Amino acid sequence: MTFARVMIFSLFTLLAFTAFSNLVPQVQGDPPQEEKVDTVSLDMAGMISLGERLFSGKGTCTLCHNNLGRAPDLLELDLAKAFPERIADARYEGIAKGKTGAKAVEEYLIESMIDPSKYVVTGFGKKGSNDTISQMPKVDAAPVSLSKVEIDALTAFLQDKAGLTPTVPLPSAEEAPAEKSDSDDEEEQGPATTAVAALEKYNCGTCHDLEGSEADLGPKLKGIGKKMDNAKIIEAIIKPNAEIAQGYEEGTMPDDFGEQMRVSELNLIVEYLKKLPE
Amino acid sequence: MLNNPFKVFVFLAFTLLALFPELAFAAETAGEAVAAAAPKPTRADYPQIAGMNARTLAWGFAQMHLFLAAFVLAVPLFSIVMEYLGHITKDERYDNMAHEFMKITMSAYSLTALFGGTLALTLFLFYPHLMGYLMKVFRGQMLLYALLFLLESVTLYIYYYSWNAMRYGNRKWYHMSIGLLLNTVGLTLMFVANAWATFMMSPSGVDPATGAVVGSVWDATRNPLWNPVNLHRFLANIAYGGAIVGAYAAYMFLAEKKQQIKAHYDWMGYTSNFIAIAGFLPLPFAGYWLMAEIYAYSQQMGITAMGGILAWLFIIQAVLIGTIMLAANYYLWCGLMRTDRGAEYGKYVKYIAVVIVGGFLVWVTPHSLILTTDEIRMLGGTHHKFLGPLGIMPAKNTAVNLMLVFTFLSFQMFYRSSRIPTVSWAKAGNMVIVALYVVGCTNIVLAGIYGYITPTVYKVGASVPQVVSTLSIIVFAVIIDIFMLRGAKTTKVHWGRMSERSQYALFVLPVAFTWLMGLMGYIRSSLRTHWHVYTIMKDNSPEAYIPTIGQAGNTITVITLSFMAIMVFVFWLSRLGSSKQETPS
Repeated sequence: MTFARVMIFSLFTLLAFTAFSNLVPQVQGDPPQEEKVDTVSLDMAGMISLGERLFSGKGTCTLCHNNLGRAPDLLELDLAKAFPERIADARYEGIAKGKTGAKAVEEYLIESMIDPSKYVVTGFGKKGSNDTISQMPKVDAAPVSLSKVEIDALTAFLQDKAGLTPTVPLPSAEEAPAEKSDSDDEEEQGPATTAVAALEKYNCGTCHDLEGSEADLGPKLKGIGKKMDNAKIIEAIIKPNAEIAQGYEEGTMPDDFGEQMRVSELNLIVEYLKKLPE
Repeated sequence: MLNNPFKVFVFLAFTLLALFPELAFAAETAGEAVAAAAPKPTRADYPQIAGMNARTLAWGFAQMHLFLAAFVLAVPLFSIVMEYLGHITKDERYDNMAHEFMKITMSAYSLTALFGGTLALTLFLFYPHLMGYLMKVFRGQMLLYALLFLLESVTLYIYYYSWNAMRYGNRKWYHMSIGLLLNTVGLTLMFVANAWATFMMSPSGVDPATGAVVGSVWDATRNPLWNPVNLHRFLANIAYGGAIVGAYAAYMFLAEKKQQIKAHYDWMGYTSNFIAIAGFLPLPFAGYWLMAEIYAYSQQMGITAMGGILAWLFIIQAVLIGTIMLAANYYLWCGLMRTDRGAEYGKYVKYIAVVIVGGFLVWVTPHSLILTTDEIRMLGGTHHKFLGPLGIMPAKNTAVNLMLVFTFLSFQMFYRSSRIPTVSWAKAGNMVIVALYVVGCTNIVLAGIYGYITPTVYKVGASVPQVVSTLSIIVFAVIIDIFMLRGAKTTKVHWGRMSERSQYALFVLPVAFTWLMGLMGYIRSSLRTHWHVYTIMKDNSPEAYIPTIGQAGNTITVITLSFMAIMVFVFWLSRLGSSKQETPS
């Protein structure tokens, strides 16, 4: 009897705690989602926009750069004034020292992101370090792990906020694209570096007559470079159902190569196909 | 001795270690160590078995193991103190009670091993890459752990079964030495296990870029969060152990009919409540240290806990701690009826209740709320004009410190209700104690106000004088009482003169403590976000997300209920074991 009484009492106490935990706001903490960016078509406006999203998203900058005083509030500060002042600060010994202009700000910003302790704004250093050690993590290392393109995008965003014309380079096709992710089921083999390796990676020879496969499930590709320009070939790969070759059925070719392929791999395949003899 | 599968495993591990000591102690060459980078399992690498949710399984077994282990490790800590007290005061009640505490521990020990073994199996089955990596990092320490477990079993059995054989004189000292060895081994076990858990939060001794093992086992062990967690768990275990044996005493009190036995369990319940609160009082300060170290290690991790997705958990934590405070105080107030002079102190209870309830309400007040646009417009912002300021740390620190001070006052009142000081300076002594409370509480409130006007980064620093005030009140009041009540005229304490209602307060403590420990475990694990080993080894399993507070609450409730059912069953067994059928006439 005592057993039943105390168990029922315990149950009701627990139900009260459970009910309360279900009444407060419910938020699930998902792992950061990698943003897929088409680095080929990315212009500077896109870079600034990407930087803004990274600032409050994957970069987790707003965790500290807010109005609570843990780090300079970059969204509220007069950046046009703040950046040149810091570069001119006597304590600053970084690569932009003695320089002025947008390029100097770019160098200062990138340096502050990948080596935050190079210069610590007064009052924001680790406790007891006399502002020589920053509390900020290196953004190119875990857990933030931004790529070069993403660091450039953040720099462009901050330069733009400071009223400067961004000086960072636009990403080239060869650069590690921003959509690189090591999560989920991504293959660990890395991007293919030759056209033949790319064709093998995506099993193109299974259906097409490539590299001596003599397969005929898909259209013959010999001399394709004479019939299609680059844009058309790219479309045929990433949107295979947009136009179906005569005698072949819709839906035979996978339509997710646009998501699977790296830009560099797509370019390698296009160049290879253009050079195929008739 | 080898009466369960885990002990067989421990025995085999010990044999293996004895035969091949290089497994534990051989130093890895630099070349081998650098080559062993942390694995990067993809989602497909996580075994999926019969649709089971691996994380929930591991979570459940880990919590059950932790609850039982916390209890099993804590009880010998205060049992040996009581045994010592019994020996030097020649009061056998202490000795008998310590022995009885150990009896409950013995029943729970096998279950601890069983859940530990099941947890290990679950982890190796569902997270082979992580466990493989941890074994690379900690190498022979894992075998050492198994060896320590065997030693813990041996010392525990000897300590318990030799109790009556080594009860008096020099033998008692030998017995207490065994107890000391038992506690040393038990604490070492906990520290070793803490090293693995904290390594996953703040890895050290490995290359930050690749996770390759570059340091010694000791380098990985003394990671930044190891000692703060060691201290926090040590104190929490004492509080938890006290709460569980308090529930045992309450169970026996409720089940027993004979007044003399009821009196014994009433006294045991009071002592257990004292132990639980004594362990609990310094716990918030250990918590501050842990959180400060988390911030120092990674500001991002600290903000994730206190200002990010997990921030609401601290409101729930406040509810639980408030519940514990209210229950403990209620029990103490009921206890005033045990003494003839209790009514004299009873008139102050209402004022203490106002402070405890007021502090509780301040603690549960959130700073900001998730509101609709209309609600924000009606409120004039996301923060309430008057209640919003109560949501930030200075108010909460003030509330918790005042709650701790007034809980101590409840204890002091009961203690004094059966003692009349006879020293000539009693009046002056009382005035000093009153002044101590007034000055201390004023300092706590003023430091709290200062917290509002200082920048965010110094708010934690503003809590230090509050903590010092609280501890000063407690320490100096105890010292003055010791001298003032020496040779005091004592009045009878009517043990057993307690309402049944008060015993349920003793049940609230373990239920709230267990749920709170589950909640804190959820927070500690969630701080790693989507990493098995923070910044070193990513969690790519299907459950690599932080569940909502509601989901976590439901899981913790099921685990707590299972644990309470097991413990109450153990209490029932214990009562059954001490009953004897009368010889038929």
